[in-house]
Amino acid sequence: MPASNVLQTQVLIIGGGITGAGIARDLALRGLNCILAERYDVNAGASGANHGLLHSGARYVSNDATAAEECRQEGELLKKLAAGCIEDTGGLFVAIQGDDDNFVADFPGLCARSGIEARPLSLEEAREMEPVLSDKMVAAYQVPDASVDPFKLTLENILQARSLGSTLLRHSEVVGFEIENRRIVRTRLKNLLTDEEFLVEAEQVVNASGAWAKSVAALAGCPVNLLYSKGSLLVTHNRITQKVINRLRPSSNADILVPGGTVSILGTTSIRIEDLSAIHPTVKEIDYILEEGSAMIPALEKMRYIRAYAGVRPLLGSTTAGDDRSVSRGFALLDHRENNLTNFSTITGGKLTTYRLMAEKTADLVCQKIGTTAPCLTRTEPLPSGTGAKWTKPGLTPKLWAKHHDPDDQLLCECEMVPKSVVDSLISSIHEQNGTPDLKALGVRSRIGKGACQGTFCALRTSAYLYDTGEVKGDEGLNGIQAFISERWRGIRPLLWDTPLIQAELQEAIYCGMFGLEIKSCSTIL
Amino acid sequence: MEDIKEITCELAVVGAGMTGMAASLFAANRGIDTVQIGVASQIIFSSGLMDILGVHPVEEGKTWDDPFLALDQLMADLPDHPYARVRKNHILKSFQEVTDFLAEGGLVYQVNKGRNTRVLTSLGTLKPTYGVPLTMWNGVRGLEEKQPGLIIDIKGLRGFSALQIAETLAPEWPGLKHARISFPDMQKAQEVYTEPMARSLAVPENREKLAGLIRPLAKDVSIVGIPAILGIQNPQDVQQHLEEMIGCPIFEIPTMPPSIPGLRIKETFEMKLPEKGARLKYQNRVSQISRDKDAFLLEIGSGSPVSRVRARGVILATGRFLGKGLYADRKAIREPLLNLPVYQPGLRPEWHRFDFMDPRGHLINRAGLEIDDQFRPLDNTGKPVFDRLFAAGSILAHQDWMRMKCGSGMAMATAYAAVNSFIEATR
Repeated sequence: MPASNVLQTQVLIIGGGITGAGIARDLALRGLNCILAERYDVNAGASGANHGLLHSGARYVSNDATAAEECRQEGELLKKLAAGCIEDTGGLFVAIQGDDDNFVADFPGLCARSGIEARPLSLEEAREMEPVLSDKMVAAYQVPDASVDPFKLTLENILQARSLGSTLLRHSEVVGFEIENRRIVRTRLKNLLTDEEFLVEAEQVVNASGAWAKSVAALAGCPVNLLYSKGSLLVTHNRITQKVINRLRPSSNADILVPGGTVSILGTTSIRIEDLSAIHPTVKEIDYILEEGSAMIPALEKMRYIRAYAGVRPLLGSTTAGDDRSVSRGFALLDHRENNLTNFSTITGGKLTTYRLMAEKTADLVCQKIGTTAPCLTRTEPLPSGTGAKWTKPGLTPKLWAKHHDPDDQLLCECEMVPKSVVDSLISSIHEQNGTPDLKALGVRSRIGKGACQGTFCALRTSAYLYDTGEVKGDEGLNGIQAFISERWRGIRPLLWDTPLIQAELQEAIYCGMFGLEIKSCSTIL
Repeated sequence: MEDIKEITCELAVVGAGMTGMAASLFAANRGIDTVQIGVASQIIFSSGLMDILGVHPVEEGKTWDDPFLALDQLMADLPDHPYARVRKNHILKSFQEVTDFLAEGGLVYQVNKGRNTRVLTSLGTLKPTYGVPLTMWNGVRGLEEKQPGLIIDIKGLRGFSALQIAETLAPEWPGLKHARISFPDMQKAQEVYTEPMARSLAVPENREKLAGLIRPLAKDVSIVGIPAILGIQNPQDVQQHLEEMIGCPIFEIPTMPPSIPGLRIKETFEMKLPEKGARLKYQNRVSQISRDKDAFLLEIGSGSPVSRVRARGVILATGRFLGKGLYADRKAIREPLLNLPVYQPGLRPEWHRFDFMDPRGHLINRAGLEIDDQFRPLDNTGKPVFDRLFAAGSILAHQDWMRMKCGSGMAMATAYAAVNSFIEATR
């Protein structure tokens, strides 16, 4: 293999979710050089498929006091240090007629035990805060929950790590490890865009691949015991509430509604799965979430939904049966010295809210192995708010557009009002990260395709723009449209009735009826 | 309440898409007193290409050179498809009658006799179709002969990139050049739209300005393609004028919606149908249809009805979900006007495939009204719901016009059949 295909670094981190991004930033702040390798794109797994909820901890007080306390501490820290990624909405816990009275009665005491402030509200107060709450509400508490933008959070962690000299490699899948003398001396990766293999030589290798931690560790012959729990969520067309709304009952389906910008997110389910290759929300799950959610907020039954998605929670293995929610939501940091590998560790499990703590513990272990004593700075250093990571927030681009725009700037996405200038800045930041600015990559980093037209119009406009700017050539743009639409489709498919169904028909009428995109490969038969 | 205006006619055509327009034309041409009601807003989603049949079977993605051979195959394979209930020679007859009418109105269609034609789209794909607006025909020849060509796009016209077309089409039409111009008198606009540009080209001076911009770019080529904006009325005249000034053949490329070639069809029908005797009510939808002893009563407009039509017969041409001819809630697909039974392709989990581009197509597209050979919608026992209620076009079950590329042909042929059945039933 030519030398240009061998990269050197101090720490190779596998997995471009929030955990990997947090570790990269933590280590970079301690002066270490890292490569963050991601198979697809940032937040491709559970980091990109969750509620965007910054837990106060109240959710876990009854079954996992440690997790509750960690959430409380980390939530308080992040509100101070990553304020740009967080909307401090506050949250409510509400009980509905028929919910377990004992659970309701125990709640304030359990919160107090974990140091979480839970303020009892009269039903009138609660309804004044959130008029959509059900008439059948019987109890309500206010807690310090908040809403967090997981994309912005991950991107900003990566941005700072990069500014300190670390590197992000997208589309780079780990395919093997070369082991000598109880050390990983080289990691073999494959660039999924070019199919070319390359090597990374690192002193330490960290496996932060979330639900995929088991299969990555297995490549090094290390066992990681994980269970997979799929959760599906729904995005509403409008924001339904100002605060996070939790159902005050033991954790169950569809009992959290989280606002984020101009939308709200309802979920989730918890379904044990064995196979990580087919993670998509099903019609059955969506109907179930709607029925459950509307007990708390009846308006959810008739709401327009724009998207559904599913993520996989990596849960720490135990062989006991039962609801996966009772399995620990805590995290595990595994030092594979136990498996005879001195420079390999795995971090998995955990929650978005506690990502910083997970990163700190992992970085501590890595530093100890490398033999550096640099202290963790993420507990005190604010996360810088970068410019490349702000376009994911619902409602932000329309706000800026209304305030000011260059007369030469065009809207490429009209539903979410994403202009050319935003796409330009995303293109250059993707280039800086050695990425390929195709439609999918732009979709991850902006609101393109997330509005009412489901990508029908903005995909065509943005693709034409990518051709104009020379970012795509040949039929790459058409393939990009297909990939983008397929990706969006997974989230739209279970929601197709009423207006979204009409939108889907229009999309097919244009893409297939008008343009014949589905037969382009066969068109030479004529 | 009772001073609502009521008009009486023989035939009420409900819907103002291609099917409704064609049905009104066929009825008016046969001396039937016809009223057509509907909102013609969906037609801007039509590319203006008139497909008869391009793909069958869809799961194989098999495209056909000869749409009539394809029809034989389809009629044998899919006996429930609406095409299988029409007489084969009526498919071409109905197409001819519509395109003759449009030509009278200044909108000329060209066909490659008995063969499908590949038309270049703004995506850079080649779409198989049958009837091609004359303004696009030079492009068909240019592609066949791989003439040295230039594609022009317009600053501010989003979703249309000449470079994209040149790049995507390179294997089929190598060496295409590309260039961008600012549309005359719209240079300052950050976004330009197809309709104002098309309307501005009705004025000869604007055409001169446009030609002046294109001429110097077209020196080394023998053909120029531009977005479909060559006027709304008499686009061939606009094209000819521009060609004289530019000095080489030009052709239109259909754009993403709003599409001018679709708008032209609508405006031509709107203008010329009344001359044939049809009465048009394009401002409102029909909100309710009821039946008394021997007539249908159609309420027009929602809330308090604006007017009422009394008709001996009704042709339902309300389209699918986009046209509001069908409606789906979480549980089922319904026909909202008369609550007619709708063929249900399974439950919601089966309506759509996991992959949008699944070559088999989505099952929901096969939903729709079941009919007999007279195109009368059937009740749950398989009998016609009413003796003089007919249905035509995309609302019919067991077809997938988007994947089969049969939308216009099916619209016209089934409208033709429905009108004929009405004539038989009232003779």
